[in-house]
Amino acid sequence: MMGKLSSSGLLALVVRRDLVLAMRRRADVLTTLVFFVMVVSLFPLGVGPEPEMLRKMAPGVVWVAALLASMLSLGRLFSADYLDGTLEQMLIAPQSLPVLVLGKILAHWMVSGLPLVLMAPVLGLQFGLPAQQLGVLALALLLGTPVLSMIGAVGAALTLGLRGGGVLVSLLVLPLCIPVLIFGAGAVEAVAGGMNYASHLQLLAAVLVAAAVSTPWVTAQALRISME
Amino acid sequence: MAINWFKYSAPSTFYALAGKLAPWFAGMAAILFAVGLYVGLYVAPTDAVQSDAYRIIYIHVPTSLLSMFIYVVMAGYAALGLIFNTRLSAMMASALAPTGALFAFIALWTGALWGRPTWGAYWVWDARLTSQLILFFLYLGFIALHASIDDPRRADRASALLAIVGVVNVPIIYFSVRWWNTLHQGSTITPKGVRMEATMQVALYAMFLACWAYAIAMALWRVRSIILERERATQWAQELPEVRS
Repeated sequence: MMGKLSSSGLLALVVRRDLVLAMRRRADVLTTLVFFVMVVSLFPLGVGPEPEMLRKMAPGVVWVAALLASMLSLGRLFSADYLDGTLEQMLIAPQSLPVLVLGKILAHWMVSGLPLVLMAPVLGLQFGLPAQQLGVLALALLLGTPVLSMIGAVGAALTLGLRGGGVLVSLLVLPLCIPVLIFGAGAVEAVAGGMNYASHLQLLAAVLVAAAVSTPWVTAQALRISME
Repeated sequence: MAINWFKYSAPSTFYALAGKLAPWFAGMAAILFAVGLYVGLYVAPTDAVQSDAYRIIYIHVPTSLLSMFIYVVMAGYAALGLIFNTRLSAMMASALAPTGALFAFIALWTGALWGRPTWGAYWVWDARLTSQLILFFLYLGFIALHASIDDPRRADRASALLAIVGVVNVPIIYFSVRWWNTLHQGSTITPKGVRMEATMQVALYAMFLACWAYAIAMALWRVRSIILERERATQWAQELPEVRS
Protein backbone atom coordinates (compact mmCIF):
# COMPACT_ATOMS: atom_id res chain seq x y z
CA MET A 1 0.00 0.00 0.00
CA MET A 2 1.12 3.49 -0.77
CA GLY A 3 1.30 6.11 1.92
CA LYS A 4 -0.41 9.49 1.65
CA LEU A 5 1.06 11.49 -1.20
CA SER A 6 2.05 15.11 -0.85
CA SER A 7 0.02 17.58 -2.90
CA SER A 8 2.82 18.22 -5.37
CA GLY A 9 3.50 14.49 -5.63
CA LEU A 10 -0.16 13.88 -6.41
CA LEU A 11 -0.18 16.69 -8.96
CA ALA A 12 2.86 15.30 -10.76
CA LEU A 13 1.42 11.79 -10.68
CA VAL A 14 -1.91 12.83 -12.21
CA VAL A 15 -0.26 14.98 -14.88
CA ARG A 16 2.09 12.15 -15.83
CA ARG A 17 -0.71 9.60 -15.96
CA ASP A 18 -2.94 11.77 -18.16
CA LEU A 19 -0.06 12.65 -20.48
CA VAL A 20 0.83 8.99 -20.91
CA LEU A 21 -2.80 8.19 -21.65
CA ALA A 22 -2.98 11.03 -24.16
CA MET A 23 0.20 9.87 -25.89
CA ARG A 24 -1.32 6.44 -26.34
CA ARG A 25 -4.12 8.09 -28.30
CA ARG A 26 -2.24 10.67 -30.31
CA ALA A 27 -4.94 11.05 -32.96
CA ASP A 28 -7.25 12.76 -30.45
CA VAL A 29 -4.64 15.40 -29.75
CA LEU A 30 -4.05 16.01 -33.41
CA THR A 31 -7.71 16.42 -34.30
CA THR A 32 -8.01 19.47 -32.01
CA LEU A 33 -4.95 21.04 -33.59
CA VAL A 34 -6.11 20.28 -37.13
CA PHE A 35 -9.53 21.72 -36.31
CA PHE A 36 -7.88 24.92 -35.06
CA VAL A 37 -5.75 25.28 -38.19
CA MET A 38 -8.69 24.51 -40.43
CA VAL A 39 -11.10 27.01 -38.86
CA VAL A 40 -8.51 29.78 -39.02
CA SER A 41 -7.70 28.93 -42.65
CA LEU A 42 -11.38 29.07 -43.61
CA PHE A 43 -11.71 32.75 -42.72
CA PRO A 44 -9.71 34.19 -45.63
CA LEU A 45 -11.74 31.97 -47.95
CA GLY A 46 -14.92 33.36 -46.47
CA VAL A 47 -14.11 37.05 -46.30
CA GLY A 48 -11.64 37.51 -49.15
CA PRO A 49 -7.85 37.73 -49.41
CA GLU A 50 -7.29 41.49 -48.84
CA PRO A 51 -4.11 41.61 -46.69
CA GLU A 52 -5.12 44.77 -44.84
CA MET A 53 -8.42 43.34 -43.64
CA LEU A 54 -6.90 39.96 -42.79
CA ARG A 55 -4.21 41.61 -40.68
CA LYS A 56 -6.91 43.50 -38.77
CA MET A 57 -9.02 40.39 -38.24
CA ALA A 58 -6.24 37.97 -37.36
CA PRO A 59 -6.17 38.30 -33.54
CA GLY A 60 -9.91 37.88 -33.21
CA VAL A 61 -10.06 35.01 -35.66
CA VAL A 62 -7.22 33.10 -33.99
CA TRP A 63 -8.75 33.64 -30.56
CA VAL A 64 -12.24 32.58 -31.52
CA ALA A 65 -10.83 29.51 -33.26
CA ALA A 66 -8.81 28.69 -30.13
CA LEU A 67 -11.98 29.03 -28.04
CA LEU A 68 -13.90 26.65 -30.30
CA ALA A 69 -11.02 24.18 -30.44
CA SER A 70 -10.77 24.10 -26.66
CA MET A 71 -14.54 23.49 -26.42
CA LEU A 72 -14.09 20.56 -28.77
CA SER A 73 -11.56 18.85 -26.57
CA LEU A 74 -13.41 19.38 -23.28
CA GLY A 75 -15.44 16.23 -23.71
CA ARG A 76 -12.29 14.16 -23.23
CA LEU A 77 -11.33 15.79 -19.93
CA PHE A 78 -13.35 13.52 -17.63
CA SER A 79 -15.40 11.23 -19.87
CA ALA A 80 -12.89 8.37 -20.28
CA ASP A 81 -12.25 8.22 -16.53
CA TYR A 82 -15.98 8.46 -15.91
CA LEU A 83 -16.81 5.60 -18.24
CA ASP A 84 -14.22 3.15 -16.89
CA GLY A 85 -14.91 3.99 -13.24
CA THR A 86 -11.55 5.63 -12.53
CA LEU A 87 -13.24 8.90 -11.65
CA GLU A 88 -15.26 7.23 -8.92
CA GLN A 89 -12.04 5.91 -7.39
CA MET A 90 -10.55 9.39 -7.57
CA LEU A 91 -13.53 10.84 -5.70
CA ILE A 92 -13.20 8.39 -2.81
CA ALA A 93 -9.41 8.61 -2.71
CA PRO A 94 -8.01 10.10 0.52
CA GLN A 95 -6.16 12.74 -1.51
CA SER A 96 -7.39 16.27 -2.14
CA LEU A 97 -9.81 16.27 -5.05
CA PRO A 98 -9.13 19.89 -6.14
CA VAL A 99 -5.40 19.11 -6.49
CA LEU A 100 -6.24 16.03 -8.49
CA VAL A 101 -8.57 18.05 -10.71
CA LEU A 102 -5.89 20.71 -11.16
CA GLY A 103 -3.53 17.97 -12.35
CA LYS A 104 -6.07 16.76 -14.89
CA ILE A 105 -6.65 20.32 -16.11
CA LEU A 106 -2.90 20.92 -16.46
CA ALA A 107 -2.42 17.74 -18.44
CA HIS A 108 -5.42 18.57 -20.59
CA TRP A 109 -4.00 22.02 -21.32
CA MET A 110 -0.59 20.58 -22.25
CA VAL A 111 -2.28 18.27 -24.70
CA SER A 112 -4.93 20.56 -26.17
CA GLY A 113 -3.95 24.16 -25.32
CA LEU A 114 -0.19 24.21 -25.66
CA PRO A 115 -0.20 22.94 -29.29
CA LEU A 116 -2.50 25.84 -30.17
CA VAL A 117 -0.09 28.32 -28.57
CA LEU A 118 2.79 26.87 -30.56
CA MET A 119 0.81 26.78 -33.80
CA ALA A 120 -0.66 30.29 -33.51
CA PRO A 121 2.40 32.23 -34.76
CA VAL A 122 2.41 30.14 -37.95
CA LEU A 123 -1.25 30.97 -38.52
CA GLY A 124 -0.52 34.61 -37.73
CA LEU A 125 2.04 34.55 -40.54
CA GLN A 126 -0.69 33.38 -42.91
CA PHE A 127 -2.59 36.53 -41.99
CA GLY A 128 0.47 38.71 -42.48
CA LEU A 129 1.00 39.71 -38.85
CA PRO A 130 4.35 41.41 -38.10
CA ALA A 131 6.82 39.77 -35.72
CA GLN A 132 5.96 41.76 -32.60
CA GLN A 133 2.27 40.97 -32.91
CA LEU A 134 3.07 37.30 -33.42
CA GLY A 135 5.00 37.29 -30.17
CA VAL A 136 2.23 39.01 -28.22
CA LEU A 137 -0.37 36.68 -29.78
CA ALA A 138 1.55 33.63 -28.59
CA LEU A 139 2.11 35.16 -25.16
CA ALA A 140 -1.58 36.07 -24.78
CA LEU A 141 -2.60 32.56 -25.82
CA LEU A 142 -0.08 31.12 -23.37
CA LEU A 143 -1.79 33.05 -20.56
CA GLY A 144 -5.33 32.61 -21.86
CA THR A 145 -5.64 28.98 -23.00
CA PRO A 146 -5.09 27.57 -19.47
CA VAL A 147 -8.05 29.70 -18.34
CA LEU A 148 -10.15 28.21 -21.14
CA SER A 149 -9.23 24.71 -19.91
CA MET A 150 -10.02 25.68 -16.31
CA ILE A 151 -13.42 27.27 -16.96
CA GLY A 152 -14.13 24.47 -19.40
CA ALA A 153 -13.39 21.91 -16.70
CA VAL A 154 -16.30 23.28 -14.63
CA GLY A 155 -18.63 22.88 -17.61
CA ALA A 156 -17.27 19.43 -18.44
CA ALA A 157 -17.79 18.29 -14.85
CA LEU A 158 -21.35 19.65 -14.73
CA THR A 159 -22.35 17.96 -17.99
CA LEU A 160 -20.65 14.65 -17.25
CA GLY A 161 -22.51 11.76 -18.85
CA LEU A 162 -25.41 13.84 -20.14
CA ARG A 163 -26.97 13.38 -23.56
CA GLY A 164 -25.89 16.14 -25.90
CA GLY A 165 -23.14 17.04 -23.43
CA GLY A 166 -20.80 18.32 -26.12
CA VAL A 167 -23.06 21.11 -27.36
CA LEU A 168 -24.35 21.86 -23.89
CA VAL A 169 -20.87 22.42 -22.48
CA SER A 170 -20.19 25.05 -25.14
CA LEU A 171 -23.45 26.78 -24.29
CA LEU A 172 -22.46 26.96 -20.62
CA VAL A 173 -18.80 27.79 -20.99
CA LEU A 174 -18.57 30.18 -23.94
CA PRO A 175 -20.27 33.17 -22.25
CA LEU A 176 -17.93 32.79 -19.27
CA CYS A 177 -14.89 32.86 -21.56
CA ILE A 178 -15.70 36.28 -23.02
CA PRO A 179 -13.28 38.25 -20.76
CA VAL A 180 -10.40 36.01 -21.86
CA LEU A 181 -11.31 36.57 -25.50
CA ILE A 182 -11.51 40.34 -25.02
CA PHE A 183 -8.20 40.70 -23.18
CA GLY A 184 -6.39 38.18 -25.38
CA ALA A 185 -7.41 39.64 -28.72
CA GLY A 186 -7.17 43.14 -27.23
CA ALA A 187 -3.48 42.69 -26.41
CA VAL A 188 -2.61 41.96 -30.05
CA GLU A 189 -4.80 44.80 -31.29
CA ALA A 190 -3.12 47.16 -28.82
CA VAL A 191 0.27 46.32 -30.39
CA ALA A 192 -1.17 46.98 -33.83
CA GLY A 193 -2.54 50.32 -32.64
CA GLY A 194 0.78 51.30 -31.08
CA MET A 195 -0.71 51.25 -27.59
CA ASN A 196 0.48 49.68 -24.39
CA TYR A 197 -0.33 45.98 -24.51
CA ALA A 198 1.11 45.11 -21.10
CA SER A 199 -2.11 46.01 -19.28
CA HIS A 200 -4.06 43.45 -21.31
CA LEU A 201 -1.53 40.76 -20.54
CA GLN A 202 -1.53 41.70 -16.86
CA LEU A 203 -5.31 41.42 -16.73
CA LEU A 204 -5.09 38.09 -18.52
CA ALA A 205 -2.54 36.93 -15.94
CA ALA A 206 -4.86 38.13 -13.15
CA VAL A 207 -7.73 36.13 -14.64
CA LEU A 208 -5.40 33.12 -14.88
CA VAL A 209 -4.45 33.37 -11.20
CA ALA A 210 -8.07 33.83 -10.10
CA ALA A 211 -9.16 30.87 -12.23
CA ALA A 212 -6.29 28.68 -11.01
CA VAL A 213 -7.31 29.31 -7.40
CA SER A 214 -11.06 28.90 -7.76
CA THR A 215 -11.90 26.57 -10.64
CA PRO A 216 -10.26 23.35 -9.35
CA TRP A 217 -12.38 23.65 -6.22
CA VAL A 218 -15.57 24.45 -8.14
CA THR A 219 -14.86 21.61 -10.57
CA ALA A 220 -14.37 19.23 -7.66
CA GLN A 221 -17.78 20.27 -6.28
CA ALA A 222 -19.33 19.84 -9.72
CA LEU A 223 -17.83 16.34 -10.01
CA ARG A 224 -19.27 15.38 -6.63
CA ILE A 225 -22.70 16.64 -7.75
CA SER A 226 -22.48 14.74 -11.02
CA MET A 227 -21.27 11.49 -9.50
CA GLU A 228 -23.44 11.17 -6.42
CA MET B 1 -45.37 37.17 17.45
CA ALA B 2 -42.46 35.25 16.03
CA ILE B 3 -43.16 33.81 12.61
CA ASN B 4 -41.66 30.43 11.96
CA TRP B 5 -40.04 31.02 8.58
CA PHE B 6 -38.80 27.48 8.37
CA LYS B 7 -42.38 26.34 8.24
CA TYR B 8 -42.55 27.68 4.70
CA SER B 9 -39.38 25.96 3.56
CA ALA B 10 -41.39 22.76 3.32
CA PRO B 11 -42.87 22.41 -0.18
CA SER B 12 -46.25 21.29 1.19
CA THR B 13 -46.81 24.45 3.26
CA PHE B 14 -45.28 26.75 0.69
CA TYR B 15 -47.52 25.31 -2.00
CA ALA B 16 -50.60 26.61 -0.17
CA LEU B 17 -48.96 29.95 0.67
CA ALA B 18 -47.87 30.50 -2.93
CA GLY B 19 -51.38 29.70 -4.09
CA LYS B 20 -52.79 32.36 -1.78
CA LEU B 21 -50.20 35.03 -2.63
CA ALA B 22 -49.88 34.62 -6.39
CA PRO B 23 -53.32 36.05 -7.38
CA TRP B 24 -52.68 39.14 -5.24
CA PHE B 25 -49.38 39.81 -6.96
CA ALA B 26 -50.94 39.12 -10.35
CA GLY B 27 -53.77 41.56 -9.61
CA MET B 28 -51.29 44.16 -8.42
CA ALA B 29 -49.27 43.67 -11.60
CA ALA B 30 -52.37 44.11 -13.77
CA ILE B 31 -53.43 47.34 -12.03
CA LEU B 32 -49.89 48.77 -12.03
CA PHE B 33 -49.38 47.85 -15.69
CA ALA B 34 -52.62 49.63 -16.56
CA VAL B 35 -51.69 52.74 -14.54
CA GLY B 36 -48.09 52.79 -15.75
CA LEU B 37 -48.97 52.34 -19.41
CA TYR B 38 -51.78 54.91 -19.27
CA VAL B 39 -49.64 57.55 -17.55
CA GLY B 40 -46.61 56.69 -19.66
CA LEU B 41 -48.29 56.62 -23.04
CA TYR B 42 -51.02 59.29 -22.67
CA VAL B 43 -50.38 61.60 -19.72
CA ALA B 44 -46.59 62.01 -19.71
CA PRO B 45 -45.34 64.83 -21.97
CA THR B 46 -43.38 64.24 -25.16
CA ASP B 47 -39.61 64.33 -24.77
CA ALA B 48 -37.89 67.40 -26.24
CA VAL B 49 -34.94 65.47 -27.68
CA GLN B 50 -36.38 62.11 -28.67
CA SER B 51 -40.07 63.01 -29.18
CA ASP B 52 -42.36 60.03 -28.62
CA ALA B 53 -39.69 57.37 -29.23
CA TYR B 54 -38.53 57.72 -25.64
CA ARG B 55 -41.78 56.17 -24.39
CA ILE B 56 -40.32 52.71 -24.84
CA ILE B 57 -38.30 53.50 -21.71
CA TYR B 58 -41.33 52.43 -19.66
CA ILE B 59 -40.85 48.85 -20.82
CA HIS B 60 -37.16 48.83 -21.48
CA VAL B 61 -35.72 50.10 -18.22
CA PRO B 62 -37.86 48.05 -15.80
CA THR B 63 -37.31 44.80 -17.71
CA SER B 64 -33.55 45.25 -18.05
CA LEU B 65 -33.15 46.19 -14.39
CA LEU B 66 -35.24 43.24 -13.27
CA SER B 67 -33.50 40.80 -15.61
CA MET B 68 -30.25 41.56 -13.78
CA PHE B 69 -31.87 41.57 -10.35
CA ILE B 70 -33.64 38.25 -10.95
CA TYR B 71 -30.34 36.61 -11.88
CA VAL B 72 -28.85 37.66 -8.56
CA VAL B 73 -31.95 36.47 -6.65
CA MET B 74 -31.83 33.21 -8.59
CA ALA B 75 -28.18 32.69 -7.69
CA GLY B 76 -29.06 33.52 -4.08
CA TYR B 77 -31.72 30.82 -3.99
CA ALA B 78 -29.31 28.46 -5.72
CA ALA B 79 -26.68 29.13 -3.05
CA LEU B 80 -29.24 28.60 -0.27
CA GLY B 81 -30.23 25.31 -1.86
CA LEU B 82 -26.61 24.14 -2.09
CA ILE B 83 -25.63 25.24 1.40
CA PHE B 84 -28.69 24.22 3.44
CA ASN B 85 -29.78 21.46 1.10
CA THR B 86 -33.34 22.80 0.96
CA ARG B 87 -35.38 21.51 -1.93
CA LEU B 88 -37.61 24.55 -2.16
CA SER B 89 -34.75 27.00 -2.76
CA ALA B 90 -33.65 25.09 -5.84
CA MET B 91 -37.25 24.96 -7.05
CA MET B 92 -37.52 28.74 -6.64
CA ALA B 93 -34.27 29.21 -8.59
CA SER B 94 -35.57 27.20 -11.51
CA ALA B 95 -38.97 28.91 -11.27
CA LEU B 96 -37.32 32.34 -11.60
CA ALA B 97 -35.10 31.50 -14.57
CA PRO B 98 -37.72 31.64 -17.39
CA THR B 99 -39.08 34.98 -16.16
CA GLY B 100 -35.56 36.40 -15.97
CA ALA B 101 -34.77 35.15 -19.44
CA LEU B 102 -38.02 36.64 -20.73
CA PHE B 103 -37.19 40.03 -19.21
CA ALA B 104 -33.66 39.91 -20.64
CA PHE B 105 -35.12 39.15 -24.05
CA ILE B 106 -37.72 41.95 -23.82
CA ALA B 107 -34.98 44.35 -22.74
CA LEU B 108 -32.89 43.40 -25.78
CA TRP B 109 -35.87 43.59 -28.11
CA THR B 110 -37.08 46.98 -26.89
CA GLY B 111 -33.48 48.20 -26.80
CA ALA B 112 -33.18 47.37 -30.49
CA LEU B 113 -36.47 49.13 -31.25
CA TRP B 114 -35.35 52.14 -29.24
CA GLY B 115 -31.92 52.17 -30.84
CA ARG B 116 -33.32 52.53 -34.35
CA PRO B 117 -34.82 56.04 -33.95
CA THR B 118 -32.20 57.36 -31.48
CA TRP B 119 -28.91 55.77 -32.61
CA GLY B 120 -29.95 55.05 -36.16
CA ALA B 121 -29.33 51.30 -35.89
CA TYR B 122 -31.15 48.35 -34.39
CA TRP B 123 -28.04 46.99 -32.84
CA VAL B 124 -24.93 48.78 -31.63
CA TRP B 125 -22.11 46.97 -29.87
CA ASP B 126 -22.66 49.15 -26.86
CA ALA B 127 -21.33 47.83 -23.56
CA ARG B 128 -24.76 47.63 -21.95
CA LEU B 129 -26.39 45.93 -24.91
CA THR B 130 -23.58 43.44 -25.17
CA SER B 131 -23.57 42.56 -21.49
CA GLN B 132 -27.36 42.23 -21.57
CA LEU B 133 -26.97 39.77 -24.43
CA ILE B 134 -24.43 37.80 -22.43
CA LEU B 135 -26.80 37.79 -19.45
CA PHE B 136 -29.45 36.32 -21.74
CA PHE B 137 -26.96 33.61 -22.77
CA LEU B 138 -26.26 32.85 -19.10
CA TYR B 139 -30.00 32.38 -18.48
CA LEU B 140 -30.23 30.06 -21.48
CA GLY B 141 -27.28 28.04 -20.19
CA PHE B 142 -28.92 27.66 -16.78
CA ILE B 143 -32.22 26.55 -18.30
CA ALA B 144 -30.54 24.21 -20.79
CA LEU B 145 -28.42 22.53 -18.12
CA HIS B 146 -31.43 22.06 -15.85
CA ALA B 147 -33.49 20.66 -18.69
CA SER B 148 -30.91 18.14 -19.84
CA ILE B 149 -30.43 16.38 -16.49
CA ASP B 150 -33.16 13.86 -15.76
CA ASP B 151 -32.52 13.37 -12.05
CA PRO B 152 -34.12 16.47 -10.43
CA ARG B 153 -31.74 16.51 -7.45
CA ARG B 154 -28.67 16.50 -9.66
CA ALA B 155 -30.29 19.03 -12.01
CA ASP B 156 -30.94 21.39 -9.09
CA ARG B 157 -27.45 21.14 -7.69
CA ALA B 158 -25.61 21.32 -11.01
CA SER B 159 -27.53 24.34 -12.25
CA ALA B 160 -27.19 25.98 -8.82
CA LEU B 161 -23.42 25.72 -9.10
CA LEU B 162 -23.60 27.16 -12.61
CA ALA B 163 -25.72 30.08 -11.41
CA ILE B 164 -23.20 30.88 -8.67
CA VAL B 165 -20.27 30.69 -11.10
CA GLY B 166 -22.26 32.96 -13.42
CA VAL B 167 -23.02 35.56 -10.77
CA VAL B 168 -19.35 35.74 -9.79
CA ASN B 169 -18.46 36.23 -13.45
CA VAL B 170 -21.06 38.86 -14.28
CA PRO B 171 -19.03 41.84 -12.95
CA ILE B 172 -15.87 40.61 -14.70
CA ILE B 173 -17.77 40.19 -17.94
CA TYR B 174 -19.41 43.59 -17.57
CA PHE B 175 -16.16 45.45 -17.01
CA SER B 176 -14.28 43.59 -19.74
CA VAL B 177 -17.08 44.36 -22.20
CA ARG B 178 -17.16 48.02 -21.17
CA TRP B 179 -13.43 48.30 -21.61
CA TRP B 180 -13.52 46.49 -24.93
CA ASN B 181 -16.24 48.89 -26.04
CA THR B 182 -14.26 52.02 -25.21
CA LEU B 183 -11.29 50.56 -27.07
CA HIS B 184 -13.22 49.76 -30.20
CA GLN B 185 -15.43 52.74 -30.78
CA GLY B 186 -15.99 56.28 -29.68
CA SER B 187 -18.69 57.31 -27.29
CA THR B 188 -22.16 56.40 -28.47
CA ILE B 189 -24.92 58.92 -28.06
CA THR B 190 -26.67 58.14 -24.83
CA PRO B 191 -29.69 60.01 -23.61
CA LYS B 192 -28.20 61.09 -20.30
CA GLY B 193 -28.66 64.27 -18.37
CA VAL B 194 -32.30 64.40 -19.32
CA ARG B 195 -34.26 65.57 -16.31
CA MET B 196 -37.46 63.75 -15.77
CA GLU B 197 -40.93 65.15 -15.55
CA ALA B 198 -42.88 64.09 -12.45
CA THR B 199 -45.47 62.20 -14.50
CA MET B 200 -42.70 60.33 -16.31
CA GLN B 201 -41.29 59.27 -12.97
CA VAL B 202 -44.71 58.07 -11.80
CA ALA B 203 -45.14 56.02 -14.94
CA LEU B 204 -41.65 54.56 -14.69
CA TYR B 205 -42.05 53.58 -11.04
CA ALA B 206 -45.49 52.09 -11.72
CA MET B 207 -44.10 49.99 -14.56
CA PHE B 208 -41.15 48.98 -12.45
CA LEU B 209 -43.38 47.78 -9.61
CA ALA B 210 -45.69 46.13 -12.13
CA CYS B 211 -42.82 44.09 -13.59
CA TRP B 212 -41.74 43.22 -10.09
CA ALA B 213 -45.21 42.00 -9.10
CA TYR B 214 -45.53 40.11 -12.39
CA ALA B 215 -42.21 38.34 -11.80
CA ILE B 216 -43.24 37.34 -8.27
CA ALA B 217 -46.66 36.10 -9.39
CA MET B 218 -45.17 34.08 -12.25
CA ALA B 219 -42.45 32.61 -10.06
CA LEU B 220 -45.00 31.57 -7.43
CA TRP B 221 -47.29 29.94 -9.99
CA ARG B 222 -44.37 28.21 -11.65
CA VAL B 223 -42.99 26.96 -8.34
CA ARG B 224 -46.43 25.52 -7.56
CA SER B 225 -46.29 23.53 -10.77
CA ILE B 226 -42.76 22.39 -10.01
CA ILE B 227 -43.74 21.34 -6.48
CA LEU B 228 -46.71 19.35 -7.80
CA GLU B 229 -44.56 17.69 -10.44
CA ARG B 230 -41.87 16.67 -7.97
CA GLU B 231 -44.12 15.74 -5.05
CA ARG B 232 -46.88 14.05 -7.01
CA ALA B 233 -46.23 10.74 -5.28
CA THR B 234 -46.60 12.14 -1.75
CA GLN B 235 -49.75 11.83 0.26
CA TRP B 236 -50.39 15.54 0.79
CA ALA B 237 -50.23 16.12 -2.95
CA GLN B 238 -52.61 13.25 -3.63
CA GLU B 239 -55.11 14.76 -1.23
CA LEU B 240 -55.18 18.18 -2.89
CA PRO B 241 -58.58 18.97 -4.40
CA GLU B 242 -57.01 20.07 -7.71
CA VAL B 243 -55.11 16.81 -8.01
CA ARG B 244 -58.12 14.62 -7.15
CA SER B 245 -60.44 16.14 -9.71
